[in-house]
Amino acid sequence: MGQGDQLSRQFRPARLLPVLGVVPFLGYLLVFLVVPTLTVVVGAFVEDGRPSLAVVRDLADPAVLGSLTNSLVLSAVTALIGGMVGALLAYAVVTGPADGALRRLVTSVCGVLAQFGGVTLAFAFIATLGISGVVSVWLDQNLGTGLTSSTWLFSLKGLVLVYAYFQIPLMVIVFLPALDGIRVQWREAAENLGASTGQYWRMVGLPLLTPAFLGSLLLLFANAFAAYATAAALVSQGNPIIPLWIRSALTSEVVLGHANFAYALALEMIVVVAVVMTGYSLLVRRTARWLG
Amino acid sequence: MNRFRTSIVAASVIGLVLAGAGCAPPAAEPSSSSASGAATATSAEALGGMDALVAAAKEEGQLNVIALPPDWANYGEIIKAFGTRYGIEVNSAQPDANSQDEINAATRLKGTDRAPDVFDLGQSVALANTAMFAPYKVASFDSIDDAFKDPDGTWVNDYGGYMSIGYDSAKVPEIASVEDLLKPELKGKVALNGDPTTAGAAFSGVMMASVANGGSADDIGPGVDFFSRLDDAGNFLPVDPTSATIESGQTPVVVDWDYTNAAVTAKLDSWKVVVPQNAQVGGYYYQAVNAEAPHPAAARLWQEFLYSDEGQNLYLAGGARPVRAEAMQEAGTLDTAAYAKLPEVTGEPVLLTAEQNTKAAEVLSQEWAKVTS
Repeated sequence: MGQGDQLSRQFRPARLLPVLGVVPFLGYLLVFLVVPTLTVVVGAFVEDGRPSLAVVRDLADPAVLGSLTNSLVLSAVTALIGGMVGALLAYAVVTGPADGALRRLVTSVCGVLAQFGGVTLAFAFIATLGISGVVSVWLDQNLGTGLTSSTWLFSLKGLVLVYAYFQIPLMVIVFLPALDGIRVQWREAAENLGASTGQYWRMVGLPLLTPAFLGSLLLLFANAFAAYATAAALVSQGNPIIPLWIRSALTSEVVLGHANFAYALALEMIVVVAVVMTGYSLLVRRTARWLG
Repeated sequence: MNRFRTSIVAASVIGLVLAGAGCAPPAAEPSSSSASGAATATSAEALGGMDALVAAAKEEGQLNVIALPPDWANYGEIIKAFGTRYGIEVNSAQPDANSQDEINAATRLKGTDRAPDVFDLGQSVALANTAMFAPYKVASFDSIDDAFKDPDGTWVNDYGGYMSIGYDSAKVPEIASVEDLLKPELKGKVALNGDPTTAGAAFSGVMMASVANGGSADDIGPGVDFFSRLDDAGNFLPVDPTSATIESGQTPVVVDWDYTNAAVTAKLDSWKVVVPQNAQVGGYYYQAVNAEAPHPAAARLWQEFLYSDEGQNLYLAGGARPVRAEAMQEAGTLDTAAYAKLPEVTGEPVLLTAEQNTKAAEVLSQEWAKVTS
């Protein structure tokens, strides 16, 4: 007994300390992840204070399904555009000197632009490409494009363009470290063994980069899927994407009592992201198998 | 190494304690005036007269208002006038929020000293939330028409107006009717103030289009069809109009309440406002005291001010029709010069009952998605 007491006196603080250090993080997770998720899940299955499937069933409404399709298309398309263009840009940067002016310029500009979303971005686009935008007016006068009487910017096409504006720089930032991990020596080794450039990329470069590329695409997808403020500032009629449906369900002063429908929509978003993440991890396990 | 780890733990423990302190809701100070009974007073007399109400309100020193844009019905001036008159600091939160946001804020901030004291609500939100209001009869209660108030003073209409079309005469040809909005010159230029399934003003805009196209207060369908045609013609611009978008020319035609459109004319000379003669859709806003008001006396004094001749004339100066307009006209206290400036309305206006409102909203929530997709 005495020995045990001694032991626990010696070990307990040492064991407790690291746990104590994680407590703030766990508390943070609890308050900002677990509790909201539970609220959403519970709220989605309640109507008028009683358990019900009615709210979730409303998700099958053709208008809501249309928004879901739009949301998925918008996120996937901007993730692909951002992923391709961003990866190429990142590669162009990496081939230059590590502390060169180009690299420093591109990374700092991307750092700013990747966070340049929301209302500011929407207004920037309205001011340049909107009905009375500077660029629209100039193009109409010089090329006769008819942009000043077109509402394309406020449709899904407009959202793709505006989202690409922050997706591309974000891709550059998250993909640069992966490119930096590719050593020059590997290429030299491949060339010494007689590989052509094409063979090097097909058999060494791309397989090495694929998991990081897919991971970045997933991040871009989730980023676009959850983005709200930019679209909210740009589109004021109808609910072309799911986050805007949530807004109108929560704040409508015309159709009342739809707050629980917002929970159902949020649940739908959580499920979509969960499915995409599962698919991603399966994919990465396949593509990264030989790396391990 | 060990010392280093200990210091990390110590730092995070301190951080946790600080974070915990930060999370704690601000303690609601027991209001001194709740002792004087302001929170349950249903009139100034119940508190011992107007002077007692003013004294209790001054004691509280603050008033929380919400969702009152400064350029909407002259609220900027009204807030300033009230503040200077009584030496009460008016905290104006979320000026661009809508009616449902007001109720949401009151629920979320209940029990804190930041909760809204008073509400200014659209019809459907007001009538759905009467349980949150404290009945209060202002001194001028009897001079308000019975149609515009709850008999107990749970809510009272404060000001209203008619749906109108505002347009920049320097940029687009003259508009006289709803039908004119379909003109090819207005391609990509016609904006509605908000999404009609979300915003009350836009809802009434669709109702106006309906009445102009053979619909009625019981039938909003023709209005939805009209906006479909407007969208097909490429004229419907899905931008939320504000005074900034109007002045910068991004929204040259705006369907909105006449008082909001009229407020733009003060800044933009070429801005004209028309109430279509064949579609006069009216609407009044609902004023009420939050039953859980953190400043109950100031909230009641605000009501007294809004329904006084001065408050009502301030609404009028902002282009809104004060609810006591007729009584004040008879008493000779109405600002007749400002009244003459309001867009002319003749004949019988269309005013929706609560049932008609609910029914039309139901139809709209089903049909509107088809207009914009």
